[in-house]
Order: sequence, then structure tokens, then C-alpha cells
Amino acid sequence: MNRHEIRFSGFGGQGIITSGYILGKAAALYDGRHVTLIKSYGPESRGGASSAQVIISDEEINYPRVTKPELLVAMSQEAYAKYVDELADGGLLLIDKDLVELNHPRDDIRVCAIPATRIAESELGRKIVANIVMLGFLAANSEVVPVEGIREAVLSSIPKGTEELNTRALERGYAYEIQYLQEAANA
Amino acid sequence: MNDNGILQGDFFIDGDTACAEAAICAGCRFFGGYPITPATEIAERMARRLPQVGGTYIQMEDEIASIAAVLGASWAGQRAMTATSGPGFSLMMENLGLGIITETPCVLVNVQRAGPSTGMPTLAGQGDMMQARWGSHGPYEIIALAPSSPQELFDLTIRAFNLAERYRTPVLVMTDEAVGHMTERVVIPPSEEIKHYPRRKPQVPPSDGYLPYNPDPDGVPPMACAGEGYRIHVTGLTHNEKGYPATVSVETQRKLVERLIRKIRDNRDDIVELHEDQVQGADVVVVAYGISARTAARPVRVAREMGLKVGLLKLVTVWPFAENRIQELASQVKAFVVPEINMGQIALEVERCAGGKAQTILVPHAGGGLHDPDDVLEAIMRVSRWNREPETQNSKPET
Amino acid sequence: MAEELTNLLISEHHPMDSLLRQDRLPHIWCSGCGLGTVLTCFVSALQKLELDLNKVVIVSGIGCTGRAAGYLNLDGFHTTHGRAIPFATGLKLGNPELKVVVISGDGDLMAIGGNHFIHAARRNMDLTVLCVNNFNYGMTSGQVGPTTPTDARTSTSPYGNAEHPFNVPYLAAATGATYVARWTALHVRRLERSLIEAMNKRGFSLVEVISPCPTYYGRWNKMGDALEQMKQYHDHSIIRHRTDPAEADISLGGEIIVGRFVDEDKPTFCDLQREAVQ
Repeated sequence: MNRHEIRFSGFGGQGIITSGYILGKAAALYDGRHVTLIKSYGPESRGGASSAQVIISDEEINYPRVTKPELLVAMSQEAYAKYVDELADGGLLLIDKDLVELNHPRDDIRVCAIPATRIAESELGRKIVANIVMLGFLAANSEVVPVEGIREAVLSSIPKGTEELNTRALERGYAYEIQYLQEAANA
Repeated sequence: MNDNGILQGDFFIDGDTACAEAAICAGCRFFGGYPITPATEIAERMARRLPQVGGTYIQMEDEIASIAAVLGASWAGQRAMTATSGPGFSLMMENLGLGIITETPCVLVNVQRAGPSTGMPTLAGQGDMMQARWGSHGPYEIIALAPSSPQELFDLTIRAFNLAERYRTPVLVMTDEAVGHMTERVVIPPSEEIKHYPRRKPQVPPSDGYLPYNPDPDGVPPMACAGEGYRIHVTGLTHNEKGYPATVSVETQRKLVERLIRKIRDNRDDIVELHEDQVQGADVVVVAYGISARTAARPVRVAREMGLKVGLLKLVTVWPFAENRIQELASQVKAFVVPEINMGQIALEVERCAGGKAQTILVPHAGGGLHDPDDVLEAIMRVSRWNREPETQNSKPET
Repeated sequence: MAEELTNLLISEHHPMDSLLRQDRLPHIWCSGCGLGTVLTCFVSALQKLELDLNKVVIVSGIGCTGRAAGYLNLDGFHTTHGRAIPFATGLKLGNPELKVVVISGDGDLMAIGGNHFIHAARRNMDLTVLCVNNFNYGMTSGQVGPTTPTDARTSTSPYGNAEHPFNVPYLAAATGATYVARWTALHVRRLERSLIEAMNKRGFSLVEVISPCPTYYGRWNKMGDALEQMKQYHDHSIIRHRTDPAEADISLGGEIIVGRFVDEDKPTFCDLQREAVQ
């Protein structure tokens, strides 16, 4: 089955929808795949629950909803609580280490806790690129979309003048993979 | 972007954006609208894009004004569009009727959400399908298209403009929140590959007795616009070929209404577009449209894997209804299964056309989401079963 | 000899023939209705204006006045009730070369179309609106309307109107109209001049005409026959140019302040939109 289901989740203002858009665009325009992105959010412009469902497939996508994602990105406690159970067996959960406490343990999934917001704020100086840091880490951990496509999609989706910041955020997230593995090995 | 401001190439955009870009490709240069979820993105895109191609965007005071302005712009010679959702669609019913009786080409997009009333603004519905058909008062025929992806919303918006000109009538694009807000790849072809059906202009000069409502043989009259010297009179009253009111002439009313209806009904072969997938030889045919046609594709596939003979008939054109095809199939299949995000609208039409020769099973959804594919599968399996066992055939299934 | 002279005076053609749809006459208006006079003034104004008549478009709503679009030999649109102004807005924006004039009644423009009226004025949309105010809904046989004076009787205010009426010039001025005038149907020269000024104005211009409805409003309020009603309006009117339109309220049997109240310049919707985009 070549249908890949991914969910990004968090709260409004974290760039959740943008993350889904960038990943989807990378797959659709730079990797020639079929992609469906569905955005959902509450009536609030900021602070409400926010989620992006991305389906990537080599075949035409009919049913457009994510039902058993293989990859879940949760950037808030509520998002984690709401979606962790739908993650497929053997799926990958990426959480923001400082924002999500793993209080629904599942032993059939792989979990990576990344301090994306902290990295964005302290190393890159802008909290707003936490989503791109997370995307970089995702690119290093998933083979669904090649990182080159994600880089192109980032550059063609962000406001002019923020290219350098976003490129650094993406690279930092991607590189964090190695650091993460080392830390995990040491732990 | 081309020099003329029109996009071309592959884009990763949502349905609403695709709709706006399609309008621009189709030559739409006037948009009058009013913000409403989930159609607002169409207005926003038009507000940004129209000035780039020499067009005009205006945000009117309400949806009544929006469609009135669209009709006015069409009579000024423009291809014009508005976009709304349920509550605004309700307000537009009045001037939709004016557009129909005055034979004004224009496009009205309804990004349906769950109703009634304010309902669920951010969630999908398909509850306005009968309103699209009958919502304005009086007898008439309407053209309504139902896309199930951003690409199809793009393609059908262009088609809507062409049908509007071809048949001189408002054309409805009945999409929904799921498609409007869904982002997928949309291919925008080069401008020269996009077909434009030009406005049908009078063949006689103004001095030569032009009759504004004297139809061509296909029932559609050529259209002179304001400012072209024809000194036309256009009224929402019942009118004769000259366009003059004839409000107590039953004969004029009969002629006018019959022509308004026949110009569409008699051209159903041209207007009705269906996508059929393994319909021939099927025991059960799922009839669906818009987003529900996509949802239905999965259970149809699963049912086939189970060995059931199931076809999928997608209504790309919902109005006028594909009467002939449903009637034809009714004597070949055992049942129709109709999933729609309402409590039964198009299912009634399918049932009417089936005329008792085949069962019609509605799979309803009150709105706010898509069908669970299993619900559709269950309906398919249920009808397949009782059709296979003759003894249960007489017990009418619950719908 | 006398007969020959008389014959010379009788013409086969009326000087306004070319602007009226002969094949639609006689009209449906009651004898004594002010609309005939108003239409004459409008045609006369058009004849004095140097406009390309092929580019002049009349838009009406529904009602007695709404029929005006159908009698003028111009491009004319008889739209739905209250929607003349938004329809006209689309026409104007669709082809800015057009001179678009809305001719409709007080019920159509101020009640069901009231929201459109104030927003077109606010935008300073380049339209001329001729509002013929007969204080009631004539087409449906004389019901109370948004301009019916307090205490006035109509078929749906048989005990006297309990509502306060709109002061049309005040509403127009307050919401942004750049030209506002009011006359009665008997002020034919002044009305004609105002119509010329209004149509020459860039932006939203409003001319209100107080017009008798002898069949309904006049009869319900015992105003005598058509001529008496028209004369009463005329006699009660006081010309006060540039007066504050807030003071131009009309009460039952009271004075009617007429004149040119507002005449100013400000950018139109099209001006501002063009600037914004550039």
C-alpha cells in the first residue's frame, strides 16, 4: 500500500497548517505524487485547535481523510491527547518535548521528543519557525518525501525575506536527528 | 504567471483558490461578493487577482446585492461571478430568478456547509441541492455542476462560464466545504488551450428590428448588452420577444416558460456530464456527486474485492438531472445506493427516475463531515444480499 | 386661414417621441399621478444634456415608478423589488462608460432597498438616483411605507401611521451622497435643472421628487383631486437651497423644504479603487 497518512496537530498560530502545506506541496509539485491536504481549525484565528491531514499516494486519492496515520506530529498537549490513539501500529509520533507530556503511553509506536520550539527560540531567535524545525526533523526520519523537495517547498511557501531563517530552521531540524540519536544512545 | 496576469502550470492550491483562478482563466472580470465561510477564500483571491487582469472586485453589502451586481455586470458585457455558502445562497434565490427570466449569463458558486440556517460554517454539507433546483419561485430549469476535487472545481468553473454563455442562464457550481478547503495539485493549462464560448451577439444592427428575446433555433436568443445601441428593455416580468411586459397574457407566459425550460432540457445531452465506473453489468450502482463521489469510491472498491458487481455513477452535472441514464439503468440493476451529505435530496430524484424498477437506498449524513466509507459499504452489501436471495426481495428494505 | 395656422401648430410628432417607447404607450399610471410630469422633466433634462444616449441606462425596481424604465427609449432594466441600485452598480462597474440612472419609488429605494441605497451613497458610487416619493406603495394600492408621514392614513395604517418617516435627503446626505436635491412634481423647471446637475455630477447623486398619488395616498388623507394635491405640495413647499437636510423633515400637511441641499465633490468608488490598485 503506497498510501501515506500524516497528521500535523497543535494550536492555531504554530504553523501547523503551513507544515502540512509544505509537506504536501513538496510531494505534489517536487515529487510528482498525488497529495490531499485537509486543514481543520476552530473558529479562533489564534490559540484554537489546529490540524492538517496530509495523504500522499502514488495513486489517485479517493477518500480524502486520514484514518490511520503512520506519522503524527503533535505540538500541543491537547493535540497529543486527541490524536495519539489513531496513530497506526508501528507509527511514528513526533512531539514538541517542552509542550507535550507523554501521558498516554503506547508501546506499539515509536516516539521522538524534539525541543522544536526551544531550538527555534534560543538558537534561531524566532519561535515562529518551530514548525520548520519539526519539518526538518521529520524529513530526516521519514522517507515519504525527499528533503530536497521539502526545501524547495519551504522556499516557495514562505514570505520573502525569511528564506535564510527558514532554511536554517529546516537544516537545524534535519541535523537534530543525529544529536537526537546520540542523546538517545547515551540515555 | 503569463504576461497577461493569467496563471499557468502546476499549483498546490485549495479548491476555493482554484475556483477563482478558473474564473480568471475563463475571462471573468467582475466579482461581486460578500464574505462567508467557507467561500470567503474565493472572494479574497478575486480581490487580489482581478485588478491584476483589468477586472473589478466589489464587496457588496449583502448577498442579495452581490448577485444583483453580478447580473448588472453581465448586462454590461462582462463575464461575472459570485461565490457564497448556504445562508448567502438563500438570499440569492430572489435574483437567481431574475437571472433566469432575463436570461443573464453568470456563475454562482455555492461552497456548501452544513445547515439549516447558520449550521456548521466550517464543515461540509450537500444540503442545498434541492434549493439549487427549486429555491427561486416559479417554474424554471437550472444548470448545476458538482466537483469533487480542486482540479475538478477548476475545470467545472470554466465549464460553468461556457454553459452560462451557451444557454444564456445563471449556472451554479455546487461545491462544498470539503472540496473548497481541500488542497491538491491543480494543473492550469495554457490560456490558448482553454475553450471560451463567446457571448452570442445579435446578427442585426440596432436599426434592424432586433428582438431581444427572439431565440435562435436552439431556443437561446442572442444578447445585446447595455450601451451597444440596441436600446433594450429587460424586465423580470413575463415578457414577449421584444422584451416588453405581457403580464396578463397566459400565452406569452406559456411560451416564455416553456422556452426557458426547453433550452436546457432539450440540450441535456450537451449539458449532462457523467463519470461511469463499471456501471455496465453491475448489480448495484452507487450514484454520488461532489465530495461524496470520492468517499464512495473506497467502499465500491472494497465491495468489488469481495466479488460484488458494483458500479459508480458520478453526477458531474447534477441539474438537469441524468434522467435518461438512471431510467435506462433502472431496468438493468437491482438497486441504486445514494450517499449524500443531507437527509435525502438527489436520492429522491434517483428514486423517481428508477420508477420502481430498481430500489433506491439513501445513505444519509446530517452534515458536518464525510460519510464513513463503511456506512456506504454496509448499504451496498445489504442490497447485494437481498437481491441475491429472491425470497427477501419482496420485503421492501428500510431506506 | 385660421385652420391652416392651427394645422401648422399640430405636429405629427411630439418633441419627446424619440426618447419614449411609443409602442408601450399609453402608460399604466393613473391620471393625475406625478410620474408623467417627472418623466417629462427627465426626458427634457436628457435632451439638454450632451450625452451619447446609447450609453445612458435606466434601472428601476418594482412599483409604479419602477415602470419608468420601460417607457424610456433607452437601455432599460426593470429589476426586482429594491435591487435597482446593486444591479446598477454592476452595470456601472462592468462598463464605466455608461451613464447609469436609477429611477424608482420611495418604497423600493428606502424600505426593501434601503440597505443598498445607503451603501451605494457611502461608496460614492457613480450613479444618479431619482427617487419619486408619493408617501405610499401605489402599485399595491396604497400601503404605509418608509416615507409615509406620521399620522397619515393608508390602507395598512388605517388609524394613522405610528412610525417616523425617513427624511430622504437627510439619509442620502448623511450616508455620503455628493449631490442631494428635492423638488415637487410641480417644480418642473427646477427639477429639470437638478436632474441635469445630478447627471453631470460624478459620484452618487440623489434627486427626490414629492409626487401626488391621488388614487390612494391623496384619497386616504382627503387631499382632494390630483391637481389639488399637486398644488398643495407646491404651495407648502419652501425653497431653501443649501439648507441642512436634517431640517427637511416632512410632516402630514406641513411645509416641504425643497432645493439643492448638497453639492460637493469627493472621490468616487472607481477613483479610489483605481488609486488603490496603482
